[in-house]
Amino acid sequence: MTTRQPTPRSDRSPWNWLLIVPVVLPLLTFLFNSDEPRLFGFPLFYWLQLAFIAVGVATTTLVYQMTKKKGGE
Amino acid sequence: MQWTEIIIFGILFLGVSGMGFVAARWRRPKDMEHLDEWGLGGRNFGGWITWFLIGGDLYTAYTFVAVPALVFGAGAMGFFAVPYTVVIYPMLFLVLIRLWSVSHKHGFVTPADFVRARFGSPTLALIIAITGIVATMPYIALQLVGIEAVLKSMGVSGHWPILVAFAILAAYTYQSGLRAPALIAFVKDVLIYIVILAAVIYIPMELGGWGVVFSDAAAKFDATANPGDGILLNANNQLQYATLALGSALALFLYPHSVTGVLASKNRGVIKRNMSALPAYSLLLGLIALLGFMAISAEITPIGTDMNTVVPNLFDKMFPDWFTGVAFAAIGIGALVPAAIMSIAASNLFTRNIYKEYLKKDASPAQEAKISKIVSLVVKVGAVLCILLLDPSFSIDLQLIGGVIILQTLPSVGIGLYTRWFHRGALITGWVAGMGMGLWMLYNISAPATATKAAKPHWAGSNFPLEKFGLDTKMTIYVGLVAVLVNVVVTVLATFVLKAMKTTDGADATARDDYFVDEGDKDVDTTDPEKEPVSST
Repeated sequence: MTTRQPTPRSDRSPWNWLLIVPVVLPLLTFLFNSDEPRLFGFPLFYWLQLAFIAVGVATTTLVYQMTKKKGGE
Repeated sequence: MQWTEIIIFGILFLGVSGMGFVAARWRRPKDMEHLDEWGLGGRNFGGWITWFLIGGDLYTAYTFVAVPALVFGAGAMGFFAVPYTVVIYPMLFLVLIRLWSVSHKHGFVTPADFVRARFGSPTLALIIAITGIVATMPYIALQLVGIEAVLKSMGVSGHWPILVAFAILAAYTYQSGLRAPALIAFVKDVLIYIVILAAVIYIPMELGGWGVVFSDAAAKFDATANPGDGILLNANNQLQYATLALGSALALFLYPHSVTGVLASKNRGVIKRNMSALPAYSLLLGLIALLGFMAISAEITPIGTDMNTVVPNLFDKMFPDWFTGVAFAAIGIGALVPAAIMSIAASNLFTRNIYKEYLKKDASPAQEAKISKIVSLVVKVGAVLCILLLDPSFSIDLQLIGGVIILQTLPSVGIGLYTRWFHRGALITGWVAGMGMGLWMLYNISAPATATKAAKPHWAGSNFPLEKFGLDTKMTIYVGLVAVLVNVVVTVLATFVLKAMKTTDGADATARDDYFVDEGDKDVDTTDPEKEPVSST
């Protein structure tokens, strides 16, 4: 099998490290295992974990936008 | 019998089934008699279709019924579905595009195809394929459990409606392949979004606000003798919560049906964009989970001991009949989409990695498509038998076991995308070790008797008490994660041993650059002489 690309391609980018944040954050139960403070009647446990969804979306969107041009995307 | 509900349910269900048959003509394939067309929808789905397809694939009817049922019964623990579906996308962001590229380049249809080429081992591929099929079967059966819960709430009893529903499903999957669930997924999601948004706005208002809903739930859990429930986690189940979320996320991507959805998309950008867009479903799932608390607050009781009827009963009590009919149709149709994709994925595994590998090496693409279509029928019959012959609670245990065993393909399929260092013999050894560990742990989980259920000495869930390892603690951990750790450690050690002994290893048919190709690259589709060229553009 021969390599036909003149320059080796890669998905590497420093931005990728950001993806660790939304992977680790929702697994740290001590951050959110509490009733107070409440938001719209939701205990912290529920509203903060729902808020992590937004963190996940923001991170993946940012990484996608920042790596789009470079990696041949 | 709730006639209004049944009529609305029936009309929507049949209308959608009609779409399933018409789907064969949607995005007209040049030649339907090819596995790329029947089994992967032409490998040409764009961002929107992929979003609906993978969404419909991962967030199943069973999820919509069982997650709130778990929250209803145990409280905070059931909310693990939210972190589970948050961590999965950033985790897979870089992994899936590699899988897509290498599969696009070599024409892989299943995860086992990849393993075969990467590690040069048809035996390892066979193990991966069988693991996938065995893990998927109870998952399909569980979709039936979702439909059955809805039917029970409408006052329809007996197994015949399930048989009819699955006969229809089997017929249009046979006819249209992956195009059917892709098209139906639109309708399913529109219905689900309408129903859930109505539910989370209207029901709490009726009950006196979210604050009341949560305090009613807290009061219920305080009154029970079970120390493991409550609207918050306790010191002993936090580890279980985090490991279950992480382990389930890893397992979900390894299921063959998720891979099918990913490979059907047309380029890397579609997958990356979907990793940002799919969490919209996670939000939906979080809100659905809270239906469990609303059911407590509304003083809903399940039918018999079937906890899965909690959500249907909640809708039945709170909504007008016609809207309940819509809600039930959403759940019923929600079962059809993943059931179709799962059976397609399982039949592709059989065709590619068992039939073509061992039974008929020179099978043409048309023969492959034909075999897959027939096997998809067999798989559904198997799933129906699971439901008819087994106690429903046992099918849920089977699904739990399924998650643990599919995780054992992680070193070959997941880590294998990044490194070729593992020896093929070591991967098989690791798989055996992980499987043994997982099944041993699951077997040794017992549950005490409760007010509604008898004591279970074995196979009672996936939360393994660490004290059985001799640790002085009451903490529990998710079986799957421990089993896969054992698997990885054994694979690493065995690789050292086999390499030291200079045992022959398989050849790697993939090259470094294969993991980066994208749609439109010139060097695609021409390399691997063993595989027929891919027909898509």
